[in-house]
Amino acid sequence: MKKITKYVIADILRNKIVLAYTVFLWIISFTVFNLENNATKGLLSLLNIVLIIVPLVSIVFATIYVYNSSEFIELLVSQPLQRKKIWISLFAGLAGSLSLAYFVGAGIPILIYALSSTGLIMLLMGLFLSIIFVAIAMLAAVITRDKAKGIGISILLWLYFSLLFDGLVLFILFQFQDYPLEKPMLLLSGLNPIDLGRILILLKMDVSALMGYTGAIFKDFFGTGIGFSIALLVMLVWIFVPVWLSARRFCRKDL
Amino acid sequence: MFAATNGWAKTIKVGKSEAIHTIQQAIGQALSGDTVLVAAGNYAEKNIIIKKSISLIGEGYPVLDGEHHYEIISVKANNVLIKGFKLVHSGISSMVDIAGIKIYESRNVKIIGNKLDDTFFGIYVQSGANCLIMDNQLTAYSVTEQQAGNGIHCWKCDSLLIFNNQISGHRDGIYFEFVTNSYISENVSEHNIRYGLHFMFSHNDDYLNNIFKNNGAGVSVMFTHGVKMIENIFEDNWGDGAFGLLLKEISDSYVYGNKFINNTSAIYMEGASRIKMQRNEFSNNGWGLKIQASCMDIDIAYNNFIGNTFDISTNGSLVLNRFDHNYWDKYEGYDLNKNNIGDVPFHPVSLFSMIVEKNPSAMMLFRSFMTTILDKTERILPSLTPENLKDNYPFMKPLKL
Amino acid sequence: MIFATNVSKRFGKLNALNNVSVNCVKSECIALIGPNGSGKTTLIKCILGMVVPDSGFITFNEKNISHDWTYRKHIGYMPQIGRYPDNMTIGQVLKMMIDIRKDNQQTQLDEELIQSFGLDGLMQKRMCTLSGGTRQKVSASLAFLFNPDVLILDEPTAGLDPVASEILKEKILKEKQKGKLILITSHILSELDDLVTQIIYMQDGHLLFHKKLEDLKQSTGEEKLSKAIANVMLKK
Repeated sequence: MKKITKYVIADILRNKIVLAYTVFLWIISFTVFNLENNATKGLLSLLNIVLIIVPLVSIVFATIYVYNSSEFIELLVSQPLQRKKIWISLFAGLAGSLSLAYFVGAGIPILIYALSSTGLIMLLMGLFLSIIFVAIAMLAAVITRDKAKGIGISILLWLYFSLLFDGLVLFILFQFQDYPLEKPMLLLSGLNPIDLGRILILLKMDVSALMGYTGAIFKDFFGTGIGFSIALLVMLVWIFVPVWLSARRFCRKDL
Repeated sequence: MFAATNGWAKTIKVGKSEAIHTIQQAIGQALSGDTVLVAAGNYAEKNIIIKKSISLIGEGYPVLDGEHHYEIISVKANNVLIKGFKLVHSGISSMVDIAGIKIYESRNVKIIGNKLDDTFFGIYVQSGANCLIMDNQLTAYSVTEQQAGNGIHCWKCDSLLIFNNQISGHRDGIYFEFVTNSYISENVSEHNIRYGLHFMFSHNDDYLNNIFKNNGAGVSVMFTHGVKMIENIFEDNWGDGAFGLLLKEISDSYVYGNKFINNTSAIYMEGASRIKMQRNEFSNNGWGLKIQASCMDIDIAYNNFIGNTFDISTNGSLVLNRFDHNYWDKYEGYDLNKNNIGDVPFHPVSLFSMIVEKNPSAMMLFRSFMTTILDKTERILPSLTPENLKDNYPFMKPLKL
Repeated sequence: MIFATNVSKRFGKLNALNNVSVNCVKSECIALIGPNGSGKTTLIKCILGMVVPDSGFITFNEKNISHDWTYRKHIGYMPQIGRYPDNMTIGQVLKMMIDIRKDNQQTQLDEELIQSFGLDGLMQKRMCTLSGGTRQKVSASLAFLFNPDVLILDEPTAGLDPVASEILKEKILKEKQKGKLILITSHILSELDDLVTQIIYMQDGHLLFHKKLEDLKQSTGEEKLSKAIANVMLKK
């Protein structure tokens, strides 16, 4: 299993799109940190990149890669290998290389310019989002045979997580505004890894003071060791559930 | 009788090497107009009560110790001067307001150049008039609001001058209640648990050139008219429910030339009317101005709004205030005739700030992609934000303040 | 060696395999013949475990292949279209495959095809720069590399130049003589003449017949395989 992962990573790291993605992150990060006079502001500007670009690139690239590898996957399946292992190796390879791209492109500038708990949490969330959206891409790619449809699904999923979900939250907030919604919000945030990541990062920044009562509830929860561990656990669930579902489907899939 | 007499007034020296060892004794011997000169040293004399118009002057900061139990100096006479002492460890009580120096119903009292350390209330003026509180350093180490007193506490006073004091670690740095015609100037009030300056029912007072920094909830001015707030700095008042300046039920006042930097909300206004707010700088605040719909006739002009998360937020659609002639760094309009005034009006209220005002839980979506998009669209096609809340003549470049 | 019993598979409305039963034994070279969409590739994929039959079962060396993947170490498979990760070199692809199968199999690697195709000089080339024919050569080399007992070749000569095609045929003959089972699908019947010993003919998901080449030639009275098949089809 490690072997396939190793070769997949070696393949992806020489991929032009991944190289471009890394360089893009690198340039953006350095520009942002050099333009803003303090590191926190730099991180704030970087926040949008981490929350929008990273999931988008991860999910679209991973989906396309899985489709482009379909013949290669067939060849692997004809080898004495367990299907589950092939799938998980592929996931590990994709997740590993995209995380590495993020780490090199954005993580290193963060470590250089903003080595603080905020910087570290942003680094961590970026890594989580890279991996989670690779996992979701695997699920999108296994659902349909049609490449165009698969890419469409993954873009829709990205749109859902980065935009539509929040619209839905807003709708719920206004539909039920007569009820105390702070605690349900806590639960809702766990249903979207991008939201969860954003909230965890914002709570570490001093802008959390702007978040008022809701922010205070979030801070009370995620500020504690247990709350933070639960948040990380939820992130892990966001990795494992799509991978598990897709692996299960892949094991039964006709190639 | 031992000290040299000089005309009518005499000077009585107190110290280890002097004939008189205690301040109490010296005061007992002094007559109105005399000076009690205290040499350096430690004096734990319980409560020193001054009932004569004398000058009490310390040399080399003699320490007056309240032993965590007593009010250190009580002034109950007019024309008293207290200068050059270090007052430490006053008592703490939840029943009485124990202070380092307390002035009871007196006029023309001067408290100058003292250091107060670990006092409950610092300098307490009760029904004083024409008093001067100058060059003092007041430091307390309170942790909770209940266990803390105010730095300079004034109640039912008139014509005070509070000048160049440094106040930190109290509940409120400076507290004014029913104080009229007074000046607060060039003080630094920082790291206080509640307000840097707390101001109620105190009409026609001015405060100028003060620095209010890093206080629990900033500065609060309430139920007052005729206040002039000029060239103060409100900085780093950061936290849930903190603001630079809270204006509640204020009228006929000026807010001029102040700097609001790094506050959660620079100014929060409720029930304010007829206020001129000019040439202030709002930078790097969470909210620049939170104006509740209960405010009217506020004139906001010639201010700089730079780097605030939200420039203006409001909770209603009725706008009875003017926002013309300001600089907003978020303004994206153009200036074809190059007169440094943008050709299209600027709407400083973002849609998201409206949403949050209506439904605070929506703050969960702070800085999300969706709210960014909502704000951008609203800016291009305003539909939900108050149509009249706009700057018709926004400046293209920051004003030099 | 490979027994398929009543295997059926539907893809939506398409009946790809309809109650197909075959048995393939050692030392045979079997040609899978039939028009496009007759179910040849599906049958191969069923044998390789890439497609799971709706009903029926397949055994390999008397063992049911469902829920088992180890049997595939005895199979060398050459797909119809071979595509590999774009940025890997030929050398890396070979090395990866060796890596994957090495600890499963101690047998000597068979690098004859790599040499005769001249791939050893192209080891540093990336897969995305290769022509279709060269990729086919890589696929073929991989199929034979591990000296498997069973070779499954899906349209092996499509895209290969005549020289390479001839090299491959030589190799197939050689392996057959070693007593291996070889399954070939091909459209070009003339090529199969001197290779195959048995014919499986499929149409519309049905297995029409499974005969020895001699029997087929005898029953049709034709010498050439292509003629014989044409004869059969005319009779239908």
